[in-house]
Amino acid sequence: MTESSLRPDPDALLLRAHREEDRQRRAKLRVYLGYAPGVGKTFAMLSAARDSRSSGLVVGLAETHGRYDTAALVLGLEMMPRRHVEYRGRKLEEFDLDATLARKPKIVLLDELAHTNAPGSRHNKRWQDVLELLDAGIDVYTTLNIQHIESLNDVVAQITGVRVRETVPDSILARADEIELIDVPPEELLNRLREGKVYLSEQAARAVDHFFKRGNLLALRELALRRVADRVDLDVLAHRQENSISATWPTQERIVVCVGPAPASQRLVRAAARMSAGLRAPWVAAYVEPTTTAPMTAAAQERLESHLKLAESLGADIARLSGTRVSTALIDYCRRHNVTRIVIGKPTHWRIRDVLRGSVLDEVVRGSGEIDIHVISGDPSPLPPVDDTPERQASPIDWKGSAWATGLVVAATTVSAFGRTPLALPDIVMIYLLVIMIVAVRFSRAASVLAAVLSVAFYDFFFIPPFFTFSVSDVRHTLTFSMMFGVGLVISGLTLRIRRQEHDARSREVQTAALYALSREISAAPDEAAVATAIAQHAAEVFEAGAAVVSVNDSGVPAIAAQFGEVPFGAEEQGVARWVFEHERPAGLGTDTLPGARVMCLPLRGRSRAIAVLALAIRPQSGAFALDRHFRDAYLRQGAMALERSRLAEDAKTSALRARTEEMRSSLLSAVSHDLRTPLAAITGAGTMLRDDAARLGPADRADLVDTICEEAERLERLVGNLLDMTRLESGSLRVKREWVPVEELVISALTRLGHRLEGRDITTDFPRDVPLISVDPVLVEQVFVNLFENAAKYTPPGSPLEIHARNEDDGVEIEIADRGPGLPQGLEGRLFEKFFRGPNAKVGGVGLGLSICRGIVEAHGGTLVAENRPGGGAVFRVTLPKMEGAPVVLAEPDAVEPEAHA
Amino acid sequence: MTGDDRLVLVVEDEPQMLRFLRASLTSHGFRLLETRSAAEATAAATSYTPEVVLLDLGLPDMDGIELTRRLREWSRVPIIVISARGREEDKVEALDAGADDYLTKPFGVNELLARIRVALRHAEQSGGGPQSPILEFGGLRLDLEKRHVALDGVELHLTPIEYRLLVLLAQNAGKVLTHRQILKEVWGPAYMGQTHYVRVRMAELRKKIEADPARPKLLVTEPGVGYRLRAEPS
Repeated sequence: MTESSLRPDPDALLLRAHREEDRQRRAKLRVYLGYAPGVGKTFAMLSAARDSRSSGLVVGLAETHGRYDTAALVLGLEMMPRRHVEYRGRKLEEFDLDATLARKPKIVLLDELAHTNAPGSRHNKRWQDVLELLDAGIDVYTTLNIQHIESLNDVVAQITGVRVRETVPDSILARADEIELIDVPPEELLNRLREGKVYLSEQAARAVDHFFKRGNLLALRELALRRVADRVDLDVLAHRQENSISATWPTQERIVVCVGPAPASQRLVRAAARMSAGLRAPWVAAYVEPTTTAPMTAAAQERLESHLKLAESLGADIARLSGTRVSTALIDYCRRHNVTRIVIGKPTHWRIRDVLRGSVLDEVVRGSGEIDIHVISGDPSPLPPVDDTPERQASPIDWKGSAWATGLVVAATTVSAFGRTPLALPDIVMIYLLVIMIVAVRFSRAASVLAAVLSVAFYDFFFIPPFFTFSVSDVRHTLTFSMMFGVGLVISGLTLRIRRQEHDARSREVQTAALYALSREISAAPDEAAVATAIAQHAAEVFEAGAAVVSVNDSGVPAIAAQFGEVPFGAEEQGVARWVFEHERPAGLGTDTLPGARVMCLPLRGRSRAIAVLALAIRPQSGAFALDRHFRDAYLRQGAMALERSRLAEDAKTSALRARTEEMRSSLLSAVSHDLRTPLAAITGAGTMLRDDAARLGPADRADLVDTICEEAERLERLVGNLLDMTRLESGSLRVKREWVPVEELVISALTRLGHRLEGRDITTDFPRDVPLISVDPVLVEQVFVNLFENAAKYTPPGSPLEIHARNEDDGVEIEIADRGPGLPQGLEGRLFEKFFRGPNAKVGGVGLGLSICRGIVEAHGGTLVAENRPGGGAVFRVTLPKMEGAPVVLAEPDAVEPEAHA
Repeated sequence: MTGDDRLVLVVEDEPQMLRFLRASLTSHGFRLLETRSAAEATAAATSYTPEVVLLDLGLPDMDGIELTRRLREWSRVPIIVISARGREEDKVEALDAGADDYLTKPFGVNELLARIRVALRHAEQSGGGPQSPILEFGGLRLDLEKRHVALDGVELHLTPIEYRLLVLLAQNAGKVLTHRQILKEVWGPAYMGQTHYVRVRMAELRKKIEADPARPKLLVTEPGVGYRLRAEPS
């Protein structure tokens, strides 16, 4: 052995680290395994619980069956109350999963892992309850008899002659962290039975003679021991791997089992499961759908699904293949996936079929090359025989096709009868063949067979001597009849096959197209709602059912985000959606979990958790029910990814918005606290001085204080006015009352209002005659100019000039206000109009609202307001207001009034 | 100037505002009749015949504009409306309903007194006092008899509308006139909605009579309300 192979592989180390982590984090499952009822599993479980004296241990459910010593063990342990269920007038007691989850114990004791829950429970099976408990991080102790293990089910049935219906998938046993075998010698068990110490249900009591035979018990015991030994073996192997103890590394085996609708497939599946357990190899249950035969009946489809489901529950992956030849499709798959063994059933049909159609088994064996083939008998004896020729009986009579077939044959006969003289007999045969072909192409197989039969009959009756009888004088004609009939059948078979292939190709194309259309629409969807709508709509088309995307909010309340078609969504469906969202597993209609709901809920899983739930109001009989699972998964994955992406984008947007809002709120607070308090402080100070210290103040001081009060009050008024304007703008309550106004008036009015603050400045105004009237709210737009001039007064040195120009531009009336001040802060021109933004040199009091109000008002008028630095120094603000249609022109009056006598 | 013990009816429900009005008016020689609601005001107006009414538009029991309308049904007493900024529509409505002037909160004492003086003077003139045919405002001189307008002694050429506009404003000097009032007087009732006529002509007029049309001293725009010829009578 080389050194390198001794050194632990980094991947393996990583895997081991993961496993360790997993094991520490995840809850533990301990199974008390017995080979028959009465071996003392419950007793052992309860004893262990008592011994551990662990706090947070509750008894979820323990069947003491009135046995005194077992019941004594329960005393002092916390018991979860049972759930009472009424079913068909019977009162049943069940384990209360929800109460236990709410109780959040550390360990739950739960008897009878294989128990089937009462209808209406969340899960069909108790082992599903256990999985949910484990998922919730709760350790579970449970009990199980060997005959309930799925893969051993038929072996046990063979041994005991009793088939157990309640089974537990092997995967849950594999999931168990500890398996404790409860073993007593069969003799002692039989003694216990005789002493009446073994509790048996009514059903079991009937089977007691079969079951509790010494031979049976020995066999079962051996099974149980072997199973546990296997498990120990596995643990040893795991230990070896973890600690890099070199041993023979088995080459990676991979098993494929061929599954079909035939009942024997169950045995194949179980055998493959056992084989995979023995080889520790992954296994795949493959179903090959031949594209050339008729589609399966609903019953066959159901059986097939149940076989695949069984395989899945036993830990298999599922592969659905299709191809013209079963063998080729299967072998192709196996080669692509490095399969080492194929498990296939023994043929049960007549040999003649193999001769006619070719034997799948034969072809697989020949084509398999290095792959091992295990042929296992599909002994159907414990199962009722199944009518497996459902095709014809299931299809309804094709009346339309039959009518056409009859009509066309009659027509052909008429044509031939009238053309009797020029046409020879072979020509007539050709006409009939043509009819048969037409019917085969257009209608069902039955119709084409009918056409063939009728053609032969009519041909014989009308054209073969003796005429108008079915008797045939010349034996050679019978050959023609059989040829006609045979050719008719072959043609119809071929056309049917072509049609079926076409149908398949089309349905595959539909699936691909659906995925493509979904992805295209999703990528164009602007937000989460649109993505959800796209998913629902496409799901409705693809699954041929009402579809809804259900989102679950933080408090766990599911709500339909998008819907297409009818989707019942009552309390039960909501519960299913919620469960699916939390557990990321399908549930509802057509599944094992909460099957009573009217919708099937599928999780839309994102990277770390479920994003939403897809609810399908699917009809159980529809073909879509058994829709290709890979396709379904691909669809769900694609939808979930898109939803997650859009949600992340929206989250980012919201958080950016929140940050901005936060920033604004803090600026508002600082604005309010600083800019409102400063003038208030000055006023209060001056006022109290005037009141309290009036005697000590000289007249000059007093005047000074009074001026302060007046000035500060004015400043306060401006601030409050701005805040009010802003509020009106923000709340949207601002109404623009348009009137036709000359720009000039608004500017001048603003200048007048600011009168004293612009004192000593050289103000140039220019209002050319070609500037039209503008349609604006005069009060609001005047406020814009007031704020802009005020801004200029604040930020430019006193006495510096101000130029105001109006211009008639193409896109509106432009008013330019240019100053010769210090200009705008570099790079911050754009931010000037943001609320509460104050330039770096904003020493002068103000909240930073004036300019944002300006922009708000101008934009409310459909105009623009921009600011930039001016060549030669200073800043320029440009207001552009749109020109409106129909501006009135007020013409100048030519006549001057001449002085005249008063009338 | 003193109030000569003239009686001012104050309709105002805010105590602080009332305190300010009381202090400022009594110190200038007016007598005050304080009421806090429209009902009180109506009663006081009928029993005391005040010479001027100061009316706050926001009253607890009735809209101030409605009160103006009711008072106008039987009384010609000058009414000065007090209202906050941003309620220009209310002001215009009150003026059109018959109020004589308005004051925007907050306002100073001087502004208040000036408005009261203007209102009293107009009340006296319309009460039948002799009206002078010559009106003078700074350098502007109007001779109504001769239809003659001169600025700083230089004769001005005005169009008929400009002349009518100027005369209207001059006759109501110090008082605000709404666009509607001006339109009705100068253009006639048919032009009621055409406020831009007033605006355009006013701009023309300013260019002719204002020393600096960019900063008019005489013809002042009252934003959202109308115009006022701002002048203390000489």
